[in-house]
Amino acid sequence: MLEIKNLHVTVDGKAILKGLDLSVGAGEVHAIMGPNGSGKSTLAYVLAGREGYEVTDGAVLYEGLNLLDLAPEERAREGIFLAFQYPVEIPGVGSNSFLKSAVNAVRKHRGLPEYDAMEFLKLIREKRDLIGVGEDMLKRSLNVGFSGGEKKRAEVLQMTLLEPRLAILDETDSGLDIDALKVVAKGINALRSPERAILMITHYQRLLDYVVPDFVHVLSDGRIAASGGKELALTLEQEGYVSHRRPAAEPATAPRV
Amino acid sequence: MASAPNTIETVRAVAGDKYKYGFVTDIETETAPKGLNEDTIRFISAKKSEPQWLLDWRLRAFRSWTQMEEPNWAKIGYPPIDYQDAYYYSAPKVKQTPKSLDEIDPELLKTYEKLGIPLREQERLAGVAVDAVFDSVSVATTFRKKLEEYGVIFCSISDAVQKHPELIRKYLGSVVPYADNFFATLNSAVFTDGSFAYIPEGVRCPMELSTYFRINAAQTGQFERTLIIAERGSYVSYLEGCTAPMRDENQLHAAVVELVALDDAEIKYSTVQNWYPGDENGKGGIYNFVTKRGACRGRNSKISWTQVETGSAITWKYPSCILQGDNSVGKFYSIAITNNRQQADTGTKMIHIGKNTRSTIISKGISAGKAQNTYRGLVRILPTAAQARNHTQCDSLLIGDKCGAHTVPYIESRNRSARVEHEATTSKISEDQLFYCRQRGLSAEDAVSLIVNGFCKEVLQELPMEFAVEAQKLVSISLEGSVG
Repeated sequence: MLEIKNLHVTVDGKAILKGLDLSVGAGEVHAIMGPNGSGKSTLAYVLAGREGYEVTDGAVLYEGLNLLDLAPEERAREGIFLAFQYPVEIPGVGSNSFLKSAVNAVRKHRGLPEYDAMEFLKLIREKRDLIGVGEDMLKRSLNVGFSGGEKKRAEVLQMTLLEPRLAILDETDSGLDIDALKVVAKGINALRSPERAILMITHYQRLLDYVVPDFVHVLSDGRIAASGGKELALTLEQEGYVSHRRPAAEPATAPRV
Repeated sequence: MASAPNTIETVRAVAGDKYKYGFVTDIETETAPKGLNEDTIRFISAKKSEPQWLLDWRLRAFRSWTQMEEPNWAKIGYPPIDYQDAYYYSAPKVKQTPKSLDEIDPELLKTYEKLGIPLREQERLAGVAVDAVFDSVSVATTFRKKLEEYGVIFCSISDAVQKHPELIRKYLGSVVPYADNFFATLNSAVFTDGSFAYIPEGVRCPMELSTYFRINAAQTGQFERTLIIAERGSYVSYLEGCTAPMRDENQLHAAVVELVALDDAEIKYSTVQNWYPGDENGKGGIYNFVTKRGACRGRNSKISWTQVETGSAITWKYPSCILQGDNSVGKFYSIAITNNRQQADTGTKMIHIGKNTRSTIISKGISAGKAQNTYRGLVRILPTAAQARNHTQCDSLLIGDKCGAHTVPYIESRNRSARVEHEATTSKISEDQLFYCRQRGLSAEDAVSLIVNGFCKEVLQELPMEFAVEAQKLVSISLEGSVG
């Protein structure tokens, strides 16, 4: 589904990703772990198409498409969803109407009929209880005045409604207490399916107790420094990232999955 | 982030739609000789068979005007206007006054249809009576019969001069005196047409009244005058819309609107102003210098101004309320959008005279391109206005980094029991917000439109239903090609 080859990315002239390789198949859940500054969020943004991230080398194939040629909204409509680490506040724009616009934009692209207000209301009622998002929250402006936990839950609700093929979760577990984490994990697990891939970017092992990944990768200094099964996350938890830190000068080939 | 220009480019590429009301109607017209002097005024007055007192009033205004200087305190810049190089009267040629829509030139009906204002009874939006003003004259007023059943008078001001001279004589210039300010005084001298509405005591006007102003002729100024009187306990909601063809030269529009609300009466006045704004380099466009003022004369009377200003090269406009009656209420809700090289200096004046008078001001200014957008407002509490209250909220939104937003509030309180609040914010549509929306599948254009409409929501919801939808679309169109 997703094939990243030798990806080099610079931000404001500074090299962040330095030859990253990663292959993700349909139905798989991958966890990307790594210390601060290793390039985790950069990877998420590049896949989603954020401006300011310059790809200097490499390629990204997604469902046979050259992903890097597509505008952010085209990627979204093709099924890429990014759950933001810091969801943006948009004053005056009701969460409900934002969600409806987004879902309809994606449906239109997929050749499906757009939902009218009633149909959408019905759909959102079904989904929101699963994620623990209250009706009052959706009446407020998008993310405005939401607590950290509410913002993350709102992201997972959006993901559920948009039914992506590739979901990228950027530190979705950060800032959540254990109860909120369980709710969010439940939402993510409900999305697991043979057609869908999930890429979880996280700093901690904690989330992986609830959403068990098929593969774990350690990102260090802009490359995948180690890959393995879910047990790799446990080792990391005990030993820290130090043992996997790639000596900067060494031109090591990153292990492939 | 260094990437901002990319977004701007992307969006520019997307933006295709231009000013869609920019067409010209080919119609035979009758004009006054070019230039402005007493003869021009006599010509206009004679064309309209006006009584002597009105001609005298116009001439007094003209003589005052020649002594006045054009105001220069607003934050707008434009080359000097040559008042002698314009026509002050232009009207479609008609053999006689049309008695029904069937007698109106089909070209005119077509023009209004194209503008989305079908005048024919059967095609009209249910429940809205329209007065259509084309250049200097009113060409049609609809639903007149139905309104008459309620005692409501709704006609062109020229008609009202003939048929209801006592009302005109009593109220014309009673809110905006003929020597009020440079542009209003010019209007008093040369006003050509406009709408007149009179709501009798205790009547709730059964439908929305609306006037649609269209400038068509080249090098012609439009000087319309609107007068609305709401008798005790009456209610009326009035809508005003405006468009003009795309022309390279600038055209002057200097209107005056006077509202009078007596005891317990309420007037809601809504405007969607979409005069031609000029091209992206600032060539052409309407100079919109307008004086709008409402007098809350009676106790418990209410006047609210709601405006959506998207057009014009220059907007100079301060719809105001004189809160004279005790407990009277004034409201001003405004959205002013400037793009490209447009300049707007707009706001309101709330003059508190009576006890317990209250006013609310909500202003949303949106600036894009290289535009300048200024909110200028005055809240004045006189010593008699015990317990007066005002709340002002001014929000500015910037799109891109070459435009400007300015807020100039004047507050004068001369009564210790009064309470005046002023809140102001300035924000920018951020790259983060745009990216977030695009990541959810919305195009950059749709994202901007969504964010701006959210920003304007408090004002948009004050508009009557039929207008709100239109206004929302207009907000999006006005900002096409503006993202940054």
